[in-house]
Amino acid sequence: MRNWNPFIAGTVAAIVAALVLTHVVQNEYFFFAGYVVLQFVVLATAWNILGGYAGYVNFGSGAFFAMGAYTAVALIKAWDAPLIVQLLAASCVSGLLGFGIGALTLRLRGIFFSIATVAVAVICETAVINWGFVGGSRGIAVIQPPPPALFASYTRLLFVVMALAAVVAVVLARYIQNSWIGRGLRAIRDDEEAAESAGVPTLKLKLATATASGALMGLAGAPFPLYVSFLEPTSAFSLNYAVSALAMPIIGGTASWLGPVIGAVLLGSVQQIVTVTVSSELNVLVVGALLVSFVVAAPQGILGLASKLFGRRNAGDRAGQPASAASRSTDAGQS
Amino acid sequence: MTPELLVEAVIAGILLGCFYAAVSIGLSVAFGLLDVPHIAHPAFLVLGAYGAYLLGQYGLDPLLAGAVLTPIFFVCGVAVYRFYHAAFEKRGSDAGLRGLAFFFGIGFIVEVALILTFGVDQRMVEAPYIGKSLALGDMRLPMRMLVAFAVALLLTIALSLYLSRTFTGRAIKAVAQDQTALALMGADPVRVKQWAFGIATATCALAGALLIILGPVEPGLGRLYIGRTFCVAVLAGLGSMPGTLAAGVILGIAESVVLTSFGASWAPAVAFGILLLVLAVRPAGLFGR
Amino acid sequence: MKLLRARVVPGLGAIIAVLALGAIPTPAPAQDQKPIRIGLSIAQTGPLGGGGKSGLLGLQIWRDDVNARGGLLGRPVELVVYDDQSNPSMTPGIYTKLIDVDKVDLLIGPYGTNPTAPVMPLVKRRDLLLIGNFALEANAQIRHDKYFNILPWSSDSAAPFLRLCKPLAAKTIAILAADAEFAQVLATEVRQELKNYGLEAVYDQNYPPNTVDFSSMVRAIRAKKPDVVFVASYPSDSTAIIRAVNEIGVGDSVKLFGGGMVGLQYASIMEALGSQLNGVVNYNVWVPEKTMEFPGMRDFLARYRDKAKQANVDQLGFYLPPYDYAIGEMLAQAVAATKSLDHKVLAKYFREHEMKTIVGSIRFGPTGEWANPRMIYAQFRAIADKDLEQFRSAGKQVIVAPDAFKTGEVVPFSQARK
Repeated sequence: MRNWNPFIAGTVAAIVAALVLTHVVQNEYFFFAGYVVLQFVVLATAWNILGGYAGYVNFGSGAFFAMGAYTAVALIKAWDAPLIVQLLAASCVSGLLGFGIGALTLRLRGIFFSIATVAVAVICETAVINWGFVGGSRGIAVIQPPPPALFASYTRLLFVVMALAAVVAVVLARYIQNSWIGRGLRAIRDDEEAAESAGVPTLKLKLATATASGALMGLAGAPFPLYVSFLEPTSAFSLNYAVSALAMPIIGGTASWLGPVIGAVLLGSVQQIVTVTVSSELNVLVVGALLVSFVVAAPQGILGLASKLFGRRNAGDRAGQPASAASRSTDAGQS
Repeated sequence: MTPELLVEAVIAGILLGCFYAAVSIGLSVAFGLLDVPHIAHPAFLVLGAYGAYLLGQYGLDPLLAGAVLTPIFFVCGVAVYRFYHAAFEKRGSDAGLRGLAFFFGIGFIVEVALILTFGVDQRMVEAPYIGKSLALGDMRLPMRMLVAFAVALLLTIALSLYLSRTFTGRAIKAVAQDQTALALMGADPVRVKQWAFGIATATCALAGALLIILGPVEPGLGRLYIGRTFCVAVLAGLGSMPGTLAAGVILGIAESVVLTSFGASWAPAVAFGILLLVLAVRPAGLFGR
Repeated sequence: MKLLRARVVPGLGAIIAVLALGAIPTPAPAQDQKPIRIGLSIAQTGPLGGGGKSGLLGLQIWRDDVNARGGLLGRPVELVVYDDQSNPSMTPGIYTKLIDVDKVDLLIGPYGTNPTAPVMPLVKRRDLLLIGNFALEANAQIRHDKYFNILPWSSDSAAPFLRLCKPLAAKTIAILAADAEFAQVLATEVRQELKNYGLEAVYDQNYPPNTVDFSSMVRAIRAKKPDVVFVASYPSDSTAIIRAVNEIGVGDSVKLFGGGMVGLQYASIMEALGSQLNGVVNYNVWVPEKTMEFPGMRDFLARYRDKAKQANVDQLGFYLPPYDYAIGEMLAQAVAATKSLDHKVLAKYFREHEMKTIVGSIRFGPTGEWANPRMIYAQFRAIADKDLEQFRSAGKQVIVAPDAFKTGEVVPFSQARK
């Protein structure tokens, strides 16, 4: 428990800061941009639990996000359910989907697993397109309710909700990383057969992790319909979410919970800033160039770079370096 | 659905499937044999398509343009692989995940380069066989699909023969199985792999020409083919050339029949449902090694 | 453990600092005449990018024109433009930035229906004037009284097309529609109205986005021998469908083909398809026919033509550019007449006055759509291959509906192709 107190202080500070900001900052745009960045913190952290710790690369993050969003929409449409119900239900639905892909890991490894998640994403998207109740391919308009007593606008409320979600995600990720689960997952990442024979309950761990990862992505998606007030399949299932969810941890560093947070804040903010400054095709270039330069120049992400630069061990190191894995994808699929 | 319609749908599916095989065969080499997570493959296809468009402006036939561009693409492929090898494989850092991210980035950069050079408007080419069709009794088959069919067949046969009959070809197959053994035999695995990756990229020039023969292209088109090409390569069983053709045809027929019959809007789910099913039952693909 | 604390706190600081970057208001330009800032988001990448870029050029030409005449209220006009990448999830943030950070004086909506949808609740909450830019029914539910759409669209815009069925003695119809928003709006309308025109649907399919090969669907349609084929599709699909129809044929039974095919208004696609377009009857917003000669239009197109070449955007510019130029004209007219930038005053002017633009005179109805909608249907006639310039002259896209703008009678599809 020795690591917990400052961490708890940090998370409480983050929540208080988010609440205070909604009353201090006048500029509404701050909350729109901030919401997106926080949303990516949740997505990247969720992805990293499975992708970074266990080495199972999920390519269908967009589907988990969108299923969360569409669960919320269905609940609004059917019963006008309150936000908290939407959040919980979205986490459950995406968590179940996560459990499903967790079951796939039973037979699929490496890139095969990634391709299977793409297939799951396409099937989910097709199902939503053909589901008229939530707007089908035409999309559906969602009207924000009036803001509750303490908030000047509904977007401010959503900003705080997303900040809470980010805290939940980070706490969960940190817990997993530092507990026996994390050690088990790292063992799986480095050599699954060895882990299995050493008595690590690999399947249980993978199922639990995939479920948690999926649930967090659903949580990130649940407030999205109310945030944009319009939801349609193409943008909800956008490849951007899958790429960002993968790029951000890689840029930040996948070994520790802090990596995805740094990556999401950095890349998310840069994307927001680029959109409203240079604003053109260069948007796409920023992601591409950052990705290439980071994986080439800083394979362990910003955290790895920092520890190298300062020559000291930081939080990222404690999780251990990823093992040499050039050959790991080679035996993929032959399990 | 009448029997005639079903027959026509199956034939159209075979033609479409061969096109899918042609755009995926490079990936079958790069990803299937060399284990390079080449997610930028579709971006190179679009690059090939724009190459055919550019040369088409000077009156060159798109297929011929594709053939002319193959050496250039080959050199590009070698260069990309050397860089990839130096940055990832040699360092032994997590080549799977990081390589994936690297190629994603390359794909985006190619896309932006195309936007900056050609704009975002759709581009098409002209050729005598575009817009014509072959009449077989009552049935009419689009010539451009037949061209795709023929090129796909040729590519598959040529690559299969190359891989099984020539020394380099066998070395490429060997490198996929046992690098150390190959090194002991006196062949440099890295050279073999860069040669193979060059070939994989060179097919993008030809397959890209098919892409623009079949329909208009725009810079972002590659993103739509990520799922399809990987689907074919995985379904095929990694690295099997005839398997790639067969997998493409299976997907093509499934898509074509669903589009012709009841619920066209469910077509993507059917194709990827098949993939999921195959992965769940036989993870090594239908024709895996 | 010290390390960890040291990282959490600066981490938080970094989040706040980076976010706050976006919140710093841009300093006002130091000059005597503060420009009037007009803010908008318009797709420059993604599926709507082609149209968006050409529309933006139209607006820029207007800005240069109005500034050459001394600006508005004696102040220069400045456009603040962002790219939403055709993605609706980007627009709420962009418009909040335009309003709160850039503090623009006037707002133009994003190009397209989906990117516009999220902006509507926002402008309604803030009670701001928004000029819609080619959005379909964006205000149908929200009913914001300060929204005015430049697209000459109404909810019965498919009616002129369906009315063509009667003179052709058509009894059966095949419907092929893309599974996406615009196509579904049109197709739904056609499905609802079929009975009123004595039509029976013998084929009705939605096809998924990114379909590569349409030959199987065209075969299925041909097998049903319909009199009318209604297609609602997006640019790359439109091209593929026209090609498949040429290669495989839809059969001699078809008397009317087309409807809502997006893309057949774009120069690059029209040029590439050439003679394959003959006979197709498709919706449009402007074609160079005599009933569409509005004052200023020809002059605009001539100037657009030179600029489009340099900018590498749509060479003809019949679709978005003149209408986006007209958005500028309407704003200028309202601001000049009311001598005000107050959105309430301007919206009142929009509601009550006729707008004089290069796309004709416009009056707005209750939901901010045109009081007299003007979606036209034109038939491609005698089109040759590889000739972009032909589309600039009359007689190539003959307006066959509605009657008010008609320049010719519809010719049965199979006949027009001979």
